[in-house]
Amino acid sequence: MGRLEAALRDLRLADTLAARDTPVSRLDPRAKVLVTAAFLVAVASFNRYALSALAPFALYPLWLAVAGRVPAGWLARKLAIAAPFAAMVAIANPILDTAPMLRLADVTVSAGWVSFASILARVGLTIAAALAVAAGTGMHALAAALAALGVPRIFTGQLLFLWRYAFVLGGEASRMQAARTLRGGRGSPALAVYGPLAGHLLLRAFERGERIHRAMRARGYDGEIRTLRELRWQVRDTVFVLGWCAYFALARFVDLPLALGRAITGAP
Amino acid sequence: MHMADALLSPAVGGTLWVATGATLAWCARRVKARADDRIVPLMGVLGAFVFAAQMINFAIPGTGSSGHLGGGLLLAILLGPHAAFLVLASVLTVQALFFADGGLLALGANLFNLGVFPCFVAYPLVYRLVAGDKPSDGRLAFAAVLAAVLGLQMGALGVVVETVGSGLTSLAFATFAALMLPIHLGIGLVEGAATAALVIFLRRARPDLVDRSLPAPVKSRAVAGLAIAAALVAGVLSWFASPHPDGLEWSIARATGTEEIKPPEGGLHARLAAIQEKLSVLPDYDLPAEGTAKKEGETAWPEVSGGRSFAGLVGGLVTLLVVAAAGWLLGRRRPVA
Repeated sequence: MGRLEAALRDLRLADTLAARDTPVSRLDPRAKVLVTAAFLVAVASFNRYALSALAPFALYPLWLAVAGRVPAGWLARKLAIAAPFAAMVAIANPILDTAPMLRLADVTVSAGWVSFASILARVGLTIAAALAVAAGTGMHALAAALAALGVPRIFTGQLLFLWRYAFVLGGEASRMQAARTLRGGRGSPALAVYGPLAGHLLLRAFERGERIHRAMRARGYDGEIRTLRELRWQVRDTVFVLGWCAYFALARFVDLPLALGRAITGAP
Repeated sequence: MHMADALLSPAVGGTLWVATGATLAWCARRVKARADDRIVPLMGVLGAFVFAAQMINFAIPGTGSSGHLGGGLLLAILLGPHAAFLVLASVLTVQALFFADGGLLALGANLFNLGVFPCFVAYPLVYRLVAGDKPSDGRLAFAAVLAAVLGLQMGALGVVVETVGSGLTSLAFATFAALMLPIHLGIGLVEGAATAALVIFLRRARPDLVDRSLPAPVKSRAVAGLAIAAALVAGVLSWFASPHPDGLEWSIARATGTEEIKPPEGGLHARLAAIQEKLSVLPDYDLPAEGTAKKEGETAWPEVSGGRSFAGLVGGLVTLLVVAAAGWLLGRRRPVA
């Protein structure tokens, strides 16, 4: 399956996941946006050598994934694709920062490896949270949340159009590629072929845009984007926001794993 | 692959979020003011096109590898810089949310590197100036490649400054830049070639779509020239600033023996000094992390410092914004009673 088909399949999966009725999808999307923002800021605000202190933060993406019934395999696959790039930049840390920091049994661990592990932990936490919240919310609810939070409607409107027509144009692009392969095209096309190939897709995009506009005008479009979706903030949304933000504040300023370790081992 | 959250600090990420958020609001207002109601569905489908086109690879001659379109410059040429910025924002949002391509905290930074530089610098100051009106195919291709290369170099430099400024990596500015900039030179050539191929094709098929009369984004070449000169002075010539004390510091040193007089410990002086220390984001025209390190030892001349360039460019930009705001406020006509 080509990249294009795989990407479209993933988008369709995310759409389907978000349409189900789960405890996560019942929450107001504004609440989810706020809590995720607080989560990301809290995780990013740790110093570069924080490692065990990050562990309690795994609870949020874990809860989102479990309560939102997000398939673990899908999540793991996306993490595996996204992690190597950050790891490539992070690998400089163990090479450049060789000051010793920890002693585990007979092995001395340098500070560079600690900061490397910290970066990998952050990658896991932030990406898992973003994916889980997107899969539990979906683009339509998210666009409504953004509009309610003050983002200009011209942006959220065209975001929804992009979402809708990504499937349509993606399907057309996929059929064009198949047509080329069936006529003997192998591998990636040369630029002289790519120009007309992608160019025709671009032409179709323009023509589709014009047809959409005429259809909208025929239905009374006057430049204002209006939606029927009503967002209702409920008690459970307030509880959700306050509860998780309190937990993030606690986990940020109190090193919970350290406290737990001290309590168990009795060490000072 | 765009920047991940893991390498960004909340300070850098937050600052860039604010900057791109403000740019987004401004662009939304400009697009609405164009009063062309075709623009919203058009932006949507072109965004979908860029999204799909990023998955279509073409062969790069002579290397055996393949590349794909980024889309920033193409969107700016087809839609104008303001609408293009909005479209790029939505493409990046979808990528960050559903493909984990770029973090959410880093979304502001990614949009800045991939949106602001192509749409508001490379397109008006390079592409429009080089291509001019109704360019030939060759001239268009040259303009596109030049604009794409420069836009991506600026974007890559942005990534380096933001990552090093966040303090989570041990990479030094010079090393990271030496890795990023050459790679993005190649990527820029690919981007320019793909953009040129598409615009040339579109112009032959539907010339009315490409040669739309867009309002000239830069009022005169003089303004553009001055902007580029200011950026060069702040970003590059600042490295050549003399390390010797200036007139005031020299006089004080001759009179009292030290270059700066210590202020009194308590009272209003101390309180104002504390406030100033808290407010200064770039103390001594450098990034806070690097500045403290430099105070220890001797620095070479010219002092090639990313922190200094960043401070110079940010300072210049803030000054420009303040002056522009003042000009706008003072220039508004009051309704005649």
